[in-house]
Amino acid sequence: MVTVATAQHAISVADAWALLGTVMDPEVPVVSIVELGIVRDVAPRVGGFGVTITPTYSGCPAMDMIARDIRDAFAREGAAVDVVTTLAPAWTTDWMSPEAKARLTAFGIAPPGPVGKARINVAGISQLRRRADIVACPRCGSAATTLIAQFGSTACKALYRCDDCREPFDYFKAH
Amino acid sequence: MTTALDRALAEYLLRLADSPLVLAQRLGEWVGKAPAIEEDIALANVGLDLLGQARMWFAYAGEVEARGGGTARDEDTLAFRRDAHEFRNLLLVEQPNGDYAHTTVRQLLFDHAQWLLLSRLAQSTDARIAAIATKSLKEVTYHVERSDDWAIRLGDGSAESHARMQRALDALWMYAGEMFSVDDIDTLLIDAGIAADPRLFEPAWREAIDAVLARATLSRPADTRPQLGGRQGRHGEQLGHLLCEMQFLQRAYPDARW
Repeated sequence: MVTVATAQHAISVADAWALLGTVMDPEVPVVSIVELGIVRDVAPRVGGFGVTITPTYSGCPAMDMIARDIRDAFAREGAAVDVVTTLAPAWTTDWMSPEAKARLTAFGIAPPGPVGKARINVAGISQLRRRADIVACPRCGSAATTLIAQFGSTACKALYRCDDCREPFDYFKAH
Repeated sequence: MTTALDRALAEYLLRLADSPLVLAQRLGEWVGKAPAIEEDIALANVGLDLLGQARMWFAYAGEVEARGGGTARDEDTLAFRRDAHEFRNLLLVEQPNGDYAHTTVRQLLFDHAQWLLLSRLAQSTDARIAAIATKSLKEVTYHVERSDDWAIRLGDGSAESHARMQRALDALWMYAGEMFSVDDIDTLLIDAGIAADPRLFEPAWREAIDAVLARATLSRPADTRPQLGGRQGRHGEQLGHLLCEMQFLQRAYPDARW
């Protein structure tokens, strides 16, 4: 097993992944950046690691904080880390683990379903007034919900309302 | 020594960056005073996506500029230290917000062209361009859906909203043609397989816009000679006003950080 000797002790690549699993998403603090699919690669380097991350949305303001949180986590273990960003392949919610989706629901956010087929055809024509994704209410489980707005509290979420328990909730969009 | 192709590429990347940047700034002007809280949030999110996309293009533009041994201009320098004549955005996106119909029509015309452009750039022979385009395309898909929805709601809405939408369409139509214009810089890069030829997807754009306008009960205006020049740095007075606000802090306190 490849291990990296740091100022304090030896850290394996598996340890590094486990460490990254403790770094939570700043906006959705119940899921880690590993579970969200943001961490793409971990490679040992002299005295530390290279960690490759990918942005969820291009303008996500949390990316700088995520990079800082990663550096802080490795610094606590006495390991150096070089955080690099990659754009390809583009991030998708299909990389999100089932455990993460279950925790989103418990947190009150409806998790994304599978991405499915393209919503706009090759000629650039969208399905005008297409049916919104059918999303179950994370509180009462009802499937009778209504899309209020395609954008919610962050770029990655849409705003829904439950027609049964009447509570508004966030839906983590399939992306 | 910078090659002619790299010089053209750097220029083309600024064109790709400046339109989303300027439009993001315009959308930001609505924050806090949009007609509904959901729309306030939606416009801020669309603007944020566009800002993120502009940053990716700027970062690459700076790297290409530096290939010949020059100093790389970073994203902030490119956004905050250039004057109006150095901006390469489309004239359409610098048009003032106007009423909500103007903002909606401007976004509708831009989003559909942008979606088609990005879907073609996703096939670029330049891997970095293809990656940025693929990433951006997913976000612009939401923008297209939102714009279609609002164009139909307002066009096929009340007599007042319908009249305002038609007025906005009539006023902005002359800026649409620029999205499909090409000059020597574009041609050089199209021939190299790096850039996308917008003339090839203009018919698809018209078909998509016509489909929305039909549902929105709006009439496509007659074509007139398009207003051109934004992509070459010739802008209207409005861009200067926009930059005054956007660049104020970096102009007043150069290199200020927090």
